[in-house]
Amino acid sequence: MSLVRVLFYLMSFIAIASALYAASTKNLVRSIFVFFVTLFALAGLYVLALADFVAVTQVVIYVGGILVLILFAFMLSGKETLDVMQQQKGKFLSLAKLPAILLSVAFFIVLINVIIKADADNLTWVKDAINLKNTIAPNDVMIDNIGVNLMTRYLLPFEAISILLLMALVGAAHLSRKEGSKA
Amino acid sequence: MITLTDFMIVSAVLFCTGLYMIVSKQNAIQILIGIELILNAAILNMVAFGKYDRVNNGGQIFALFAIVLAAATTAVALAIILNVYRKYKTIDPGRIDKLRDE
Repeated sequence: MSLVRVLFYLMSFIAIASALYAASTKNLVRSIFVFFVTLFALAGLYVLALADFVAVTQVVIYVGGILVLILFAFMLSGKETLDVMQQQKGKFLSLAKLPAILLSVAFFIVLINVIIKADADNLTWVKDAINLKNTIAPNDVMIDNIGVNLMTRYLLPFEAISILLLMALVGAAHLSRKEGSKA
Repeated sequence: MITLTDFMIVSAVLFCTGLYMIVSKQNAIQILIGIELILNAAILNMVAFGKYDRVNNGGQIFALFAIVLAAATTAVALAIILNVYRKYKTIDPGRIDKLRDE
């Protein structure tokens, strides 16, 4: 078993285990902090998929931005939410959670069936890419290629998403303004 | 070498965990974490397939777009959650049941 494979199993185990823990714990703070671990492990998985730039972006935006934002919202929403959270009764496998577990397990079975039937490694375009040497090798540096593509081939989606991001940020700032301070 | 199927199975597990969180949690912030998990599962798939597109980098670039979209979603969702908390003093989506103002 090669080192890459060992690392893949390690990273995916950490990601899945921490995601399951975040889903099962009743403590909101613990859930948020365990989600940190999931995101870091996912960044590791992106590196193993030879997408180092996406991995760094994941760490910067998700871990640095989104999670800090979630923590802020949690802390701004006061102590009462925390108290409500602590007195939620019932275990992980309580009867109220049973429909949700059934739904996700059924969906998982369907997804696994689809994945096995799809047989992604033998798709024609994947085989073509391998034959034409269109795959990313582990020692390639893709960042300059990503930059050039972003500014030429994907310029329209790039501009569209920049406008969307601007609108979302203005909207969020407007929504979270205090009621009394209308200027 | 790691195959595409391995990545897809990991992402399927993450997706189902996120689905479970969205359906079962009584707390808007944990539902948001579930949505983030689902988005990350999708990004993992895109990145895994992007390995076979060296010239155009389609998978990786759209993974970057998805990360930016997730940031925008989170900002707006958290602003909404803060407002809801201010009005209802709770962030349990099951107890937010009035459409009009008081």
